[in-house]
Amino acid sequence: MIISVASGKGGTGKTLISTSLARLWADGNKAVTYVDADAEEPNGHLFLKPDVIDEKRFTVKIPTLEGRTCAAHGKCQEICEFNAILSAKGSVIVFDELCHGCGACVLACPEGFLKETEREIGTIMHGDSNGLEFYSATLDVGEARVTPLISGVVEASTENVDGDRLVVIDAPPGTSCSAMAAVEVADLVLLVTEPTPFGEHDLILALEMGKALGRKMAAVINRSDIGSDGTRALLEARSIPVLAEIPFDRAVAESYAVSRMPMEDSPKFANSIVKLAQGLVSLTEGVSP
Amino acid sequence: MKEIVVVSGKGGTGKTSFTAAFAHLAKGPIALGDCDVDAANLALLMHGEDFVEEPFLAGKRARVDENKCTGCGECENACRYEAIPVIDNLASVNDLLCEGCRACSVVCPEDCITFMNNRAGTLFHRETSTGPMVHGALGIAQDNSGKLVAKVRADTKLIAMERNIDLAIFDGPPGIGCPVHAAMGGVDLVVAVTEPSSSGAHDLKRMLDLCDHFNLESAVVVNKYDLSVAVTEEIEKMVKKRGSHTVGRVPFDEGVPRALARMEVPLVIPKVKTALENTWGDIVQLLERSA
Repeated sequence: MIISVASGKGGTGKTLISTSLARLWADGNKAVTYVDADAEEPNGHLFLKPDVIDEKRFTVKIPTLEGRTCAAHGKCQEICEFNAILSAKGSVIVFDELCHGCGACVLACPEGFLKETEREIGTIMHGDSNGLEFYSATLDVGEARVTPLISGVVEASTENVDGDRLVVIDAPPGTSCSAMAAVEVADLVLLVTEPTPFGEHDLILALEMGKALGRKMAAVINRSDIGSDGTRALLEARSIPVLAEIPFDRAVAESYAVSRMPMEDSPKFANSIVKLAQGLVSLTEGVSP
Repeated sequence: MKEIVVVSGKGGTGKTSFTAAFAHLAKGPIALGDCDVDAANLALLMHGEDFVEEPFLAGKRARVDENKCTGCGECENACRYEAIPVIDNLASVNDLLCEGCRACSVVCPEDCITFMNNRAGTLFHRETSTGPMVHGALGIAQDNSGKLVAKVRADTKLIAMERNIDLAIFDGPPGIGCPVHAAMGGVDLVVAVTEPSSSGAHDLKRMLDLCDHFNLESAVVVNKYDLSVAVTEEIEKMVKKRGSHTVGRVPFDEGVPRALARMEVPLVIPKVKTALENTWGDIVQLLERSA
């Protein structure tokens, strides 16, 4: 069972809710994997404080001539949609940050001289947090393309998942291809939203993303007592179940600020998470293999 | 013309509401650009009316000539995005996965794959009470956010120049990847909005690393600082040590989300207004110094 925790808007509480859910289930002796797929700004480790089992550098493919001199047909440059390779005077210049690693240039090279080499863009960490399996991805500062790394950590963490394991993927904000990479494997998408016009506006986009993928969706409304009612009306109109509403609680904010698990400091918040977890389990019983 | 971009690393720290507040606090007309094209919210706070709405084309999508395709599967083998599986002896394109890279067309023996322009989003020009504003809306699952951000910035600057406006403020996207690079490149000052939490501090460090990487001047404002004065002080110490600048603290007030719910700029809360006025004053001073 794979649950992706997503939102259109940033800062709605994805990490707060996904780390809390994972901790709750793991402490209840369920097999749980938490995956931090927000590779630009990963924060899950601050709360789950995992012991590192292993760390691997993650690479993408980029073309190279391996020092050979080519006839400079220019086919590689011609085929590249991303302006990432220039053909000049028997050699090529590759712009690493622009390259999508699609391999079109390699296929297009008439001499078959272009090969591919690996380029590091980030790190994938596998760890353990008191019996909870932990994965995270961290993009190197200065790198532009995060999507391959997110797909990488999702693949690494979900390849050998059996039916009973609960996988909670903490997705990046937004609805572009990087968010899609964290959501497309999910059996269920849990949308974290807030009752403000911003939350509502971005929720519409997130709902479209879930719909485009054909995924089952549910929602949780964070800071539910501050703001407006448009978000609730929208969810009701789209028949998306609201599994829990979490009122604003200064104790949660203060606990979260210093990397504690807010469930330990706010019984009210802990209750909301229990309710959310129950709602998710009953929803997913029809989905699970 | 001077350019400021408001960023954060972490989402939801207050970039958009601060950008709107700065627009109102600036003396004289300014040009605004919303570079968070993935979840564009600045227009909700700035009101006004769009006077331009145009499609934004970027990238391509594969199209298969069904009469010529033999279902040989060479394209499926070449595609690294699993975007062109052969179904019932026919190559069929999944637009959500296709990157338009043309690898499939290189290997297609029937030469039956062509490419059409992809509508990646929409671009808007708007008139607001503080001056012109440019914003964009990226389509779902699109890969061209950096290009749309670059277009938002270019149009904002163009309109500013036409109208002799000498300050542009950009609302940045969260994160530290491609769209953030496009929003930051070559600006005069990066204003990072953070919050006093371990996540806020962690993400701010990566944002300051990025500013160093691009050799950009930065300033940091701590929002909701009184939720943890101790963490705020730690953040300010770190900022100073790194040679960046602190430009104020803004207090937490439940009135802020309530104001936002009414689509009002948080300047309607007096203590928040005072703090933001001080912050803006410091930002202007930093800008003048960089002149």
